[in-house]
Amino acid sequence: MSIGNAGYRRIKSNVIVILMGLTVLACLVPLASLLYTLISNGVGALNFDFFTKVEGAIGEKSGVAHAIAGSLLHMLMSTIFAVPVGIAIGMFLARPTHARLAKTTRLLLDVLAGVPAIIIGVFIYTIVVRPFTGFSLLAGGMALALIMLPIFVRGTEQAIRAIPSSVDEAGLALGLPGYRVLLRIVLPAAVPAVMTGLFLALARVGGEAAPLLLTSFGKGTWTTSPMDKTASLPVLLFNYAKSAVEEQNKQAWGAAMVLVIIILGFRMLTRLYNHWQYGQGAA
Amino acid sequence: MGVSPMSSLKNTGETPVPRGFSRTAMSTIGVTAALSVAKSADFGRQIRSHGRGDRIFNLILALSAGLVPLIMVMFLGVLLYGAWPAFHALGFSIFTSTNWDPSDSSKDFGGLAFLYGTVTTSVLALLIAGPVGIAVAAFLHEILDSRVRGVVVFLIETLATIPSVVYGMWGLFVLKPFVSNVIQPHLKPLQPILDKIFHGHFPLFNGPPIGIGMLTGTLILIIMVLPIIVSISLEAIRAVPNVYREAALGLGATRWEMMRVAVLPVARPGLFGGCILALGRALGETMAITMVIGNTAQMKWSLFEPADTISSVIANQYPEASGLQFAALTELALILLILTLAVNLLARLIISRMDRVTGGGS
Repeated sequence: MSIGNAGYRRIKSNVIVILMGLTVLACLVPLASLLYTLISNGVGALNFDFFTKVEGAIGEKSGVAHAIAGSLLHMLMSTIFAVPVGIAIGMFLARPTHARLAKTTRLLLDVLAGVPAIIIGVFIYTIVVRPFTGFSLLAGGMALALIMLPIFVRGTEQAIRAIPSSVDEAGLALGLPGYRVLLRIVLPAAVPAVMTGLFLALARVGGEAAPLLLTSFGKGTWTTSPMDKTASLPVLLFNYAKSAVEEQNKQAWGAAMVLVIIILGFRMLTRLYNHWQYGQGAA
Repeated sequence: MGVSPMSSLKNTGETPVPRGFSRTAMSTIGVTAALSVAKSADFGRQIRSHGRGDRIFNLILALSAGLVPLIMVMFLGVLLYGAWPAFHALGFSIFTSTNWDPSDSSKDFGGLAFLYGTVTTSVLALLIAGPVGIAVAAFLHEILDSRVRGVVVFLIETLATIPSVVYGMWGLFVLKPFVSNVIQPHLKPLQPILDKIFHGHFPLFNGPPIGIGMLTGTLILIIMVLPIIVSISLEAIRAVPNVYREAALGLGATRWEMMRVAVLPVARPGLFGGCILALGRALGETMAITMVIGNTAQMKWSLFEPADTISSVIANQYPEASGLQFAALTELALILLILTLAVNLLARLIISRMDRVTGGGS
């Protein structure tokens, strides 16, 4: 930098800083617009029927209860698939018994995290939907589980790694076999942080529509079996937003608001958990 | 200037608790973290190899971990298998033809229009979101008071958690009319000038006034990748040691000069990595862009013409496709997968190389 004219340099600096500040404001404009339209259109769509009825013919009283239930079912299903495997992988990565496998798995989990959600849908469609189940909740859960897995494993690994190895050693010194130390001492101590990872993963997965278009497809009414097509809020939102029926556009805004509230709820839960466990600074 | 804990980039992968988006995203590129973890891998082996229960348990864990490579291999295998008929029947025309005819018994499945749409929207979005995101991050960290910064960061991370369909819906009901009523009429008068320069070969601002197309898709992508770029850039800037700033200020640098000579160059690997990672995200983005891009398989040099992307055409046609169309769509999926993997790999390479050069910035 040249010594130059101090006044000119100061003015230049201030101009650039002000421009940067304006950029920040400009970035907040879409967010403000999004939240405003979401709330102002969403609130109007909410009523008793909205939460209790299912899709109906034009003019009929209708709601999105089936999609809310469907979204929760999807989350449940993906949790069932992802959590046991995820905890096992997380334990393996945190206390590896085979360094090379751990390295490969960690790398490939990062790769999996970078795979576009729609491609995961294509994958599950080709190996599950087409040959076996047809469009089904089961397939939807599998697709979401694949999206959850990298996030959840990372959370679990870090949670277990945060337990000092002296805890392991204390258990081993008492003569406990290694697996009991992990399952009975280390894992329970890590549970709150594992839950944080789970909520984070669910927040991500709850808003996914692309893979569900190819796996659970969507449906106008309640789901009765895991082999059944299943509605979900994101897919319903996609269909209703494009719909020519004005009533459905309106309901789409309501559904969007409910979806965002559910997802922000999971994020809040994550923060609260951290806050509760690690005090002020962590949240 | 807010004083921040001088956590170096290297350590982010090892912090005990996942603390939200930025940290998760950061550890994705925390290559060094993975390496340092590998060093401690012997720990487990030393203390857990007694007894049959342990051996079985360890085997179960290892098998679970082995599932991940297995899934990735299956991924490639399934896509290759599904795309094989298209390789066979179409050859390279999927890269060279823009002719996409989804009717039965058709042999016209050129994917160039989709490839063009995907790459153009993503790259354009990144060219704008990259500098803007870095500027925002620099302003947030270097200028803003830490309390205000907390609020803005919270807002931006909120932006990151909003699902893609909701963005798409906002694009459809707010951005689309804005583009057709405000942006397009203002840009249209520039077209005659371009026509004069390029003799009508460059219809950048031509197109139907419907507010759907390339520009709207790009704008949505910009808004969607900004939070990613901002949070990763913020991590990278936070990792720059404060002594660098103090040294620059001590030499009489202004605030901008301090950022330019002492902060941004040191944070460069992280900034760059964040941008490339965002590019990977933009390439694979599906729902929002499907709702505003027009889903028309054509390739035109205009901001306002409807277009299509690989992910959109898959989302729209895959469930009903059969025969050669199914294979061609699977091949497009494979191309998209390879594209995103290559981009993510590139991000890692750049970061690890720059990390060596700058010593990780600490």
